[in-house]
Amino acid sequence: MEYLTPTVEDGTTGFLLKGRWTIECISAVEEALNQISSHAPRPQFLDGQKLEIMDITAAWLLYKKINELKTSGIILELRNLDSGHFRIFDALPKASPEPQGENRLVDHLARLGHWAVDLRIDTVTGLDFLGRSFTALIRGLLSPRQLRLRSVAHHLYATGVQAIPIVALIALLISIVLAYQGATQLQKFGASIYTIDLVAISVLREMGVLLTSIIVAGRSGSAFAAEIGFMKSNEEVDALNTMGLDPYAILVVPRILALIIGLPLLTLLADLTGLAGAALLSIATLDVSLLQYLERVKDTIQMHTFWVGIVKAPVFAVIIALIGTYRGMQATGSSESVGRLTTQAVVQSIFLVIAADAVFSIIFSKLGF
Amino acid sequence: MEPIIKVRDLVNRFGDQVVHDGLDLDVETGKVMGIVGGSGAGKSVLLRSILGLHTPNAGKVYIEGKDVSTLNADEYRQIQRHWGVLFQSSALFSSLTVAENIEFPMQEFTELSAAEREEMITVKLHLVGLTPEAGAKYPSELSGGMKKRAALARALALDPPIIFLDEPTSGLDPISASEFDELIDYLRATLGLTVVMITHDLDSLFGICDTIAVLVDKRVIVDTPEGILSNPHPWIQKYFHGSRARLALKAE
Repeated sequence: MEYLTPTVEDGTTGFLLKGRWTIECISAVEEALNQISSHAPRPQFLDGQKLEIMDITAAWLLYKKINELKTSGIILELRNLDSGHFRIFDALPKASPEPQGENRLVDHLARLGHWAVDLRIDTVTGLDFLGRSFTALIRGLLSPRQLRLRSVAHHLYATGVQAIPIVALIALLISIVLAYQGATQLQKFGASIYTIDLVAISVLREMGVLLTSIIVAGRSGSAFAAEIGFMKSNEEVDALNTMGLDPYAILVVPRILALIIGLPLLTLLADLTGLAGAALLSIATLDVSLLQYLERVKDTIQMHTFWVGIVKAPVFAVIIALIGTYRGMQATGSSESVGRLTTQAVVQSIFLVIAADAVFSIIFSKLGF
Repeated sequence: MEPIIKVRDLVNRFGDQVVHDGLDLDVETGKVMGIVGGSGAGKSVLLRSILGLHTPNAGKVYIEGKDVSTLNADEYRQIQRHWGVLFQSSALFSSLTVAENIEFPMQEFTELSAAEREEMITVKLHLVGLTPEAGAKYPSELSGGMKKRAALARALALDPPIIFLDEPTSGLDPISASEFDELIDYLRATLGLTVVMITHDLDSLFGICDTIAVLVDKRVIVDTPEGILSNPHPWIQKYFHGSRARLALKAE
């Protein structure tokens, strides 16, 4: 399609603009504009009478070209070109000069400063969150009417009951993996029977509670952050505040309580299915009967082996629930912030659960359990 | 001249509730049409049916003379590039700055260079009355009026010949609202835009609309503002001759 035709009128050269100057064929328009500046003899006018349409983008490119030519001494007369667009462009604020490149050292220092300030803000908001959550929790425990048991039950169902299949399946599979690996290695020493000790102790002390916590952090920690984050950006949290209701009592406390109840029960389930998995594999590969297996388990594990595992569950529950709800409360308006905070919630709660587990290991070994 | 948007025999039903029953609508090129109707009269459903966001139970929608239900994906995308939509709640992408929101369609659909896109962002921001500084902000940092303007700038990013506005002046103060009307009037005049707007703002209806489409009895009554005023339909009489309407008309 032709966009330009050179023309001569009364002895002066110029161009007739033609057709549709729109954003859809912008590269052709740019080519046509280059023709104007490179044309010899120099054009003296542009005529728009054959123009079907010129949209803002095309007009802007033309405007720039005209001004560019003006600075190099070529002044184009505009005929039949509606100057409406050009008036907008004339009124454009002048572009502010680019900020000068900063000193690199200053940049690094500035980043360090920002990081320090962010850290301080994060610490203060974290403490603020902790304080508000615990006062809400204590107030709830003192007057159980404020505890919102219906909400606790709802979250117990969502985070606990609905997690049963996946927790049971993973505990079963992990114990089978452990038992199988243990059996192959211990066989070399003729000590296959100790496979049962290995699986029973590791599942009860560590694997059961740790795996359950990681699954729950992934399932529910992320859900807490996303739910509360969306409510926060939708001003629902502010709505609660203005009604004189404490968002911490309504949104945070029930989730914490639900996990404190739910996670130990899920851990118990993981322990039982883990032992069942080990039983299956022992019967299949170690030539022991179910009765012998139970006898062996009864001999090796004592009550405290079980308690050492299960006692960690409520602590991990508090970590997961606090981080999930805290990250949710930090959400701002954008959808991106909810996504980022949800990721942070999962990563940080898994990290802190494992770190807390390490601390527990040290404490229990000092105590001689 | 062939109307740029043509709706024929549109039927929309939700369960037992019939919203549109054989609705016909023509929008002429270069005109501003205002759509009014009571709550639940199906203004938004009509708009969504035209935009292809809702599949009607029956009926045809023609855009630029083409039956949209027979187009393949590429042809339909071509049509979609020819309209800009300002949603009621702005629907700016919250993870992008205002400038990035405006740049996004340009980046996806045009061959403009990065420098040219940047210039066009400044032009579009200026066009809707925003400063370049506003471009660096995120939608959550803007006031309601600025959000509308930013969303209009995004709708105008590809210089579309058709603009759909869903309650563009709702939530704006009267000064911003009349500026918005002037802006739309100006764009129509300079760009030959066709504008379809859902609005309850009587000032906009009588200030800038060439025709008014009133959704009553599951159809539309289309007329000039003067014609609508003298229409004997009871709902129309009530709508345009209530106390608020009298005040607005007196001010005209």
